[in-house]
Amino acid sequence: MKDDNHGIPRTVPIQSATFSNPINAEIRRAAATGIYDIRGGGAKRRVPHFDDLLFLGASISRYPLEGYREKCETKVTLGTRFAKKPIELEIPITIAGMSFGALSGPAKEALGRGASMAGTSTTTGDGGMTPEERGHSTQLVYQYLPSRYGMNPNDLRKADAIEIVVGQGAKPGGGGMLLGQKISDRVAEMRTLPKGIDQRSACRHPDWTGPDDLEIKILELREITNWEKPIYIKVGGTRPYYDTALAVKAGADVVVLDGMQGGTAATQDVFIEHVGLPTLACIRPAVQALQDLGVHREVQLVVSGGIRTGADVAKAMALGADAVSIGTAAMVAIGDNDPKWEEEYQKLGSTTGAYDDWHEGQDPAGITTQEAKLASRLDPVEAGRRLRNYLSVMTLEAQTIARACGHNHLHNLEPEDLCALTMEAAAMAKVPLAGTDWYPGKPGF
Amino acid sequence: MQLFDLEAQGLRALNATLHEQAGISNQTQWEVMNPRGSHAIAVGLDAPIEVNVKGSTGYYCAGMNQQATVHVHGSAGPGVAENMMSGTVIVEGDASQYAGATGHGGTLVIKGNASSRCGISMKGIDIIVHGNIGHMSAFMAQSGNLVVCGDAGDALGDSLYEARLFVRGSVKSLGADCIEKEMRPEHLELLAELLERGGCDAKPDEFKRYGSARKLYNFNIDNAY
Repeated sequence: MKDDNHGIPRTVPIQSATFSNPINAEIRRAAATGIYDIRGGGAKRRVPHFDDLLFLGASISRYPLEGYREKCETKVTLGTRFAKKPIELEIPITIAGMSFGALSGPAKEALGRGASMAGTSTTTGDGGMTPEERGHSTQLVYQYLPSRYGMNPNDLRKADAIEIVVGQGAKPGGGGMLLGQKISDRVAEMRTLPKGIDQRSACRHPDWTGPDDLEIKILELREITNWEKPIYIKVGGTRPYYDTALAVKAGADVVVLDGMQGGTAATQDVFIEHVGLPTLACIRPAVQALQDLGVHREVQLVVSGGIRTGADVAKAMALGADAVSIGTAAMVAIGDNDPKWEEEYQKLGSTTGAYDDWHEGQDPAGITTQEAKLASRLDPVEAGRRLRNYLSVMTLEAQTIARACGHNHLHNLEPEDLCALTMEAAAMAKVPLAGTDWYPGKPGF
Repeated sequence: MQLFDLEAQGLRALNATLHEQAGISNQTQWEVMNPRGSHAIAVGLDAPIEVNVKGSTGYYCAGMNQQATVHVHGSAGPGVAENMMSGTVIVEGDASQYAGATGHGGTLVIKGNASSRCGISMKGIDIIVHGNIGHMSAFMAQSGNLVVCGDAGDALGDSLYEARLFVRGSVKSLGADCIEKEMRPEHLELLAELLERGGCDAKPDEFKRYGSARKLYNFNIDNAY
């Protein structure tokens, strides 16, 4: 900054940390349009996460396993509490619920193909089960949502498990909306609504209101399906101790817990960024609830929201999860936000890695769209292969860490394998701050 | 007539036995004794059989019904005939909340009154209520017909889609985007058929028709409360 004409230094312009350029831009956008920002995906803000944890590895006090030659098991069985036919998965990484409607048909097929090759399950979403999805998924979890779009007993019986969705991490307490741009003839028919209108999904179930009702709802679903199917209850990360306890009380076989980094097809940005708990903060209270009720491992815990690598898988499992679930990462694996579409992202006012206007149905990668031309850009066979590869790498990474910690099964990972890099992560994960034997709130301190 | 004592034989045996009738139709008449308000009675049926429940039922009686006729000779708890696909469910007494919720097809007849949220999120079912219905009925109702021979409570048809609502008595209040609509000859004809199917002797011209103003069909921030 130059001095003024009299040689007196000028004040250096300082950007406000509170009124930053992105914040001001949003104020201007809101002032111009009168509408809040709607987008897809999960929380983009920095929150304490698995990156804030480290594994300690083996040493004199712990005996490691040989990296390539000694077995480290990855199988997991979900639904052992009440279901006659629990789901048996080769790897503890499942594909989270994403609807046909939010995603294109080829994208759903790719998820089914990749998951099936990897020996794991996929999950339907709002809007019901498509024959293609059932056909390409060897293990398919059927979501039971407040809207009940496409819900019917025949598909319920075709499913391998049923997931009662109470909430999701991106918008706990919120419903959904699929904008008219994405309502093709087929999507409209599956949801019993006119083409082209915005399809709202309710935030509450229409025929039960609390845990006592939910227990009876689960009884009904079990009676309809001959007590064969595992019943999951999915909750967004809000009050994980109590939600987990109530899910167990209601009779769940599996609790699915989704933190705020978990994605959605579309909701308000303010909802995504300001409601809910980080995934890291959810796991220990949920595990504590299971332990207090004496059902840890009997009722399985699946954690989702920001799982990206085998290290994340291993960390979630070390904190007590039985398995994890991925949505956003699976989309990236099959081609979402790929740099090869940068020119088109620019035209849409975005850039690679930041594109999140999934609700508009103009996805250059052909994943979050119902436009036939765009959807045809995704080759479901090739995309399925990419997902299989990615799942395989994550599993190998998690095994690498588990062996280094001396465990012959991913389920043997434990909190004692971990330390935290920050006070916040130490408090949330209840593992010691690195180099200490202390974490905030530790009894006796 | 096949007799089934629910108290003695249990719920699992009842539903398993009724499910076994799919594809076998020589035992078409069933009578369920001692229901005693049990939940999930006769759920998930998928056969052209008739099940007479001799007493009152708890939650979700005849849930997800297909093809069967389930006749409750008493009152029904919450969620009777929820998500019904086809067939007929008749309740001789009153029905609690969420009667016919999310039903995709078939006919639900309630000879007494229905409580709140009757026909919530209905997707093609026809519901005929001889008496009154409670508040928030037909909330987000997508398709099908709701006939009320008595009065309707507050917020009828809030956020309604394409379902048709016919009410003979008073409506305490209409929900968002629900308006009274002209009763044209085709509606009178449809209503006459529904009333006959529901065993009602009311006259179609005594009813008013309500439907969606379709102003909430596409998102508009000015509609926010």
